[in-house]
Amino acid sequence: MNAILEYGFLQSALLAGLLASIGCGVMGSYVVVKRIGYMAGGISHSVLGGMGAALFFGFAPMKGALLAAICAALLIGWIKLRWRAQEDTLIGAMWAMGMSIGILFIYRTPGYSTDLVSYLFGNILLVSQAQIGEMAALDALIIGMVLAFYRQFLAVSFDEEFARLRGVPVNFFYLLFLCLVALTVVLLVQVVGLVLVIALLTLPAAIAGHYIHTLGRMMIAASVLGMLFTTAGIMLSFWLDLPTGAVIILLAGSGYLFSAMISQWWLQGKAHRSLT
Amino acid sequence: MNAIEIHDLSFAYGEIPVLEHVSLAVPEREFLGIVGPNAGGKSTLLKIILGLLSPTLGSVKVLGRSPQKARTRLGYVPQYPAFARDFPVTVEQVVLMGRLGKGLMMGGYSRADRNVAHRVMQETEISNLAQRRIDQLSGGQLQRTLVARALACEPEILILDEPTANIDMRVENELFDLLKLLNERMTILVVSHDIAFISGYVHRVACLNRTLICHRTEDIDGQIIQQLYDNEVRMVAHHHH
Repeated sequence: MNAILEYGFLQSALLAGLLASIGCGVMGSYVVVKRIGYMAGGISHSVLGGMGAALFFGFAPMKGALLAAICAALLIGWIKLRWRAQEDTLIGAMWAMGMSIGILFIYRTPGYSTDLVSYLFGNILLVSQAQIGEMAALDALIIGMVLAFYRQFLAVSFDEEFARLRGVPVNFFYLLFLCLVALTVVLLVQVVGLVLVIALLTLPAAIAGHYIHTLGRMMIAASVLGMLFTTAGIMLSFWLDLPTGAVIILLAGSGYLFSAMISQWWLQGKAHRSLT
Repeated sequence: MNAIEIHDLSFAYGEIPVLEHVSLAVPEREFLGIVGPNAGGKSTLLKIILGLLSPTLGSVKVLGRSPQKARTRLGYVPQYPAFARDFPVTVEQVVLMGRLGKGLMMGGYSRADRNVAHRVMQETEISNLAQRRIDQLSGGQLQRTLVARALACEPEILILDEPTANIDMRVENELFDLLKLLNERMTILVVSHDIAFISGYVHRVACLNRTLICHRTEDIDGQIIQQLYDNEVRMVAHHHH
């Protein structure tokens, strides 16, 4: 515990982890129940394009990431709505092209190599005070939107056709929803890097989904789980001197596998008890 | 005014004609059955009435307006629920979705919305399941939930696509008894493959196999049923009325 008091960067890292967990719990729950992990993966990898451009033109990587994530979300959403049949291929193409654009920019920027690794795998120990402020603002935006349009988001993710029949502007809410996923991805890129975002976005929500039966509670539980994983991951990586993003993801991944087994046993046990 | 008026409607998916020269007038408070073989165009016709598809030729008026404009005054029970059965949502939350499109865009459901939802859950006898998650429902209970969601729209026309495909005979009877009751206050269209069964409930049967021919229930006999499912159906003279 002394380490936390002693090192300011550790406090910032822990705070960043907590803030990222909120967005990840809320939007991750949607991503899991709507099964659009692949789309979220496309968005998160395209972010490298924006970060590379930011580095090259000399503005803040987070702004580049934000811009790229929103563009990728709108493009992927449009692809999904317009070309349903070739969705996979097109998202895969966006995914790879976004990364390639990023690599080209980074290649042309002097002194790229350390930055590239921290973009791909995160470096939460370098999060600045200003970034923490920006993360809090993104969280507030995500929560505000989800609270305001909870009914529409639920209806659109549950049954698009019925929502359309009720006069809900489904395409608008679909794109808005993907933009919020994009904001969440940007939050998480700070913590675990863009390659590992998908795991942190989906694993806590998937664990919550093993035990919890309404979306609202799933979001809260996933946020709390995310906070546990990031906090434990940061402390462990600090003590063991290991890369933070990888440790967080391994914790979340093992948590998920463990929970999958437990919930399976629990269900079997319940079935047994109901028959005896 | 007729609840639904379809005039000389044709529809094709690409080059494949699905509906040809369909005309149909459904008066208010009618209980109409639509029967026909698979791929006969039943679901397509419903989707056109709901405004989810536009006719290639011909005109459709629902409650005197275009289907897109009338859409929120209809209640729809789909054949295959378009949602994942393990979606974490309760029966009550599903029924409340029928209230979307009414009231404010932002925020939660109003007290009035919740009252309507509770009333229709009583009507469909699922009040005791309100807090149950949908993956814990039987086929019949899920069907009732979907009917309740459609009723929560307070529809003037209720449209059901093969509502009995996944439930057993006893539940089927219960469902149609309920529809008969509801028919006192709304027009009902029900698509079914089971002409013999629905004949006991509906006023008229529309036989759809690319073209559409209506029969009053009392005229239906074995010959008509056989004709309908026979490929040669359009070569055999139907007696029109």
